[in-house]
Amino acid sequence: MSAKPNPRVGLFVTCLVDAIRPGIGFAAIQLLEEAGCRVEVPQAQTCCGQPALNSGDDKDAADLARRTIAAFEGHDYVVLPSGSCAGTMVHAYPELLAGDPEWAARARDFAGKTHEITSFLVDVMGYRPRGRRLDATATYHDSCAGLRELGIAAQPRALLASVEGLEMRGLEGNDVCCGFGGTFCVKYSSISNAIVTEKAEAVERTGADLLLSGDLGCLMNMAGKLHRRGAKTRCFHTIEVVAGRAGGPAIGEEG
Amino acid sequence: MNAPQQGFKERADAELKNAVLKIAIDRTTGNAERKRAVAVAAFPEFQAARARGRAIKDHVIAHLDHYLEMFERNATAAGATVHWASDDAEARAIITRICLEADAKLVTRAKSMLGEEIGLPHALADAGIERVETDLAEHIIQLAGERPSHIVWPAMHRTREQVAILFKEAHHPPPAADDPATMVQSARRELRARFLGADIGISGANFLVADTGATCTVTNEGNAELTTTPPRIHIVTAGIEKLVPSTAHAFALLRLLVRSATGGEMTQYTTLHCGPKRPGDADGPEEMHIVLVDNGRTRMLADEFRPMLRCIRCGACMNHCVVYRQIGGHAYGGTYPGPMGAVLTPVLDGLAQSRDLPHACTMNGRCAEVCPVEIPLPTLLRAWRTRSWRERLEPRSVRAALGLWAMAARRPGLYRLGSRIGVRALRLFGRRGWIASLPLAGGWTAYRDLPRPLGRTFMEQYRAEQARKEGRR
Repeated sequence: MSAKPNPRVGLFVTCLVDAIRPGIGFAAIQLLEEAGCRVEVPQAQTCCGQPALNSGDDKDAADLARRTIAAFEGHDYVVLPSGSCAGTMVHAYPELLAGDPEWAARARDFAGKTHEITSFLVDVMGYRPRGRRLDATATYHDSCAGLRELGIAAQPRALLASVEGLEMRGLEGNDVCCGFGGTFCVKYSSISNAIVTEKAEAVERTGADLLLSGDLGCLMNMAGKLHRRGAKTRCFHTIEVVAGRAGGPAIGEEG
Repeated sequence: MNAPQQGFKERADAELKNAVLKIAIDRTTGNAERKRAVAVAAFPEFQAARARGRAIKDHVIAHLDHYLEMFERNATAAGATVHWASDDAEARAIITRICLEADAKLVTRAKSMLGEEIGLPHALADAGIERVETDLAEHIIQLAGERPSHIVWPAMHRTREQVAILFKEAHHPPPAADDPATMVQSARRELRARFLGADIGISGANFLVADTGATCTVTNEGNAELTTTPPRIHIVTAGIEKLVPSTAHAFALLRLLVRSATGGEMTQYTTLHCGPKRPGDADGPEEMHIVLVDNGRTRMLADEFRPMLRCIRCGACMNHCVVYRQIGGHAYGGTYPGPMGAVLTPVLDGLAQSRDLPHACTMNGRCAEVCPVEIPLPTLLRAWRTRSWRERLEPRSVRAALGLWAMAARRPGLYRLGSRIGVRALRLFGRRGWIASLPLAGGWTAYRDLPRPLGRTFMEQYRAEQARKEGRR
């Protein structure tokens, strides 16, 4: 895939990044600009609708899909720092709106121009970071939606391989769910806890300084469990490290 | 099916506290996962075989009436009697009637999940017929008075150590040692006499072969052959989705089934049962009855759950499910556990009884990734959630909260205001980066800390930055 020069990219921030960790949004803007994109953050965006979709409320999910599509109509690409929200837009939007003659084609076009950020940087823009250095050991968790809905596995690893001094360590069960699952983690909290406990144990066994992943929901779940267990592992979104922002506070640290 | 008294969450919580169960689950599913990975890696055409398997099943499902008639015609020509049961009650009635008319005292049974689905063990007991389970794991289940917790390894929830205790109490004489080989020998000795004394043998079928009228059983223990050959009568119970056009199609699916279930290349025993004993045959049953069971399947044919009729009952979805691997099979409360069970149980027991099952899933997609017939399990689970919402089975509090949220999400200004207030409110509950306890979010903070928001939302900071840039211009 090759992009037109200086594409106009609309950044979809995602609810969690907006509220919990704005730095991921700024890392996204930085990397997209380094890759040669013109970045805008449409102010009409809110949520991709996944909470409604996963609760079975298709009507509200479809309504939010229409609003999101309209908010990004003028952009060449829509890019998100989340495989989960991106997967919803790429796969669920065309399904939700398939029966709506006015929106079905728009949903398909929208899905076609929507990308999770690491895959957009690597596959579309051919971007690699230059001059980034981080002397640390890190391990990587493949978030499920990005991995299985969008095939994101090689791209974040390629970006991280360009960071000098960063030693990656394999994570046992790297492609096994961390137990977040959106509302699952509060609706079935004891099951979610059992799952994330195993994940935290696997992360601790790597002995890595950092745990990296591509979805803030999963990261909050794993970071929150690691902290409760007293582990010293510091957690970052992949693109924070790629953007050279891992010198700052990790998730749950105050600067 | 007798619906369990407690709810799903209570059952799951009880199982989560069972440390021995976790050891048993990890042993079995961990092994299954590793062996399947090796078997799939050693079969370069696996993806092509998977696509073919799916196509075979889709073809049969699309022409079910045609193949059902062909099967009935050929099975009848081979000397078998074909019975049709529209639901579980009818299936039970047909089978008990055959047993009572034959004046059967002792029935041996080879493992069949369909038998569990239609409640056959209870029906036989109610009719005063003694039932002996001949599959090793089902033998364990019968001794323990339990129900299967896995569709391939029914006694998966019991450790070898627990089984040793069970056999010591139940076998006469008790096994001399508790290593697996001695225990298996002991079970063989217990069961052997019963095989030969049974009036009727009941088996399931992995495949119903339309062009020959044969039923196919696959086992690794040989118990299906010993169940179906010595008794005077052989009864087969099978769901109508088990049809395949020909023996070659059965074997194409068998290649997928065995690799996906146990990681083997082939089952130890694969038998085609085509009619009763013919003149000149050395052995075999005098009568063969085939009970074809619908029990919700034709209903699935017409709705969004149709792809579930492809299922060949390999168990790979549950072996790779993070939820199943924490709570095991009994917590699901239906005949079938795990992802495939969470799709089927609402069909069999009703959505109102089982609405938790489609929700108790993280939507991670691993089950669909390993399914040998490409069933989109997460999509089907989501379809149940949609139905549950539409039929107003979701709790009122959930509906109200989501309605409020969706109302705000339609209004970007209001949504941003809500986020700004929300992060400031959240900050009040935490200190030094983390929130350890939060009202209304106990599900999160009971088990993990919540990162404290840093103070200002992305949108606030971004707009301030844009305004600064504008000012500079």
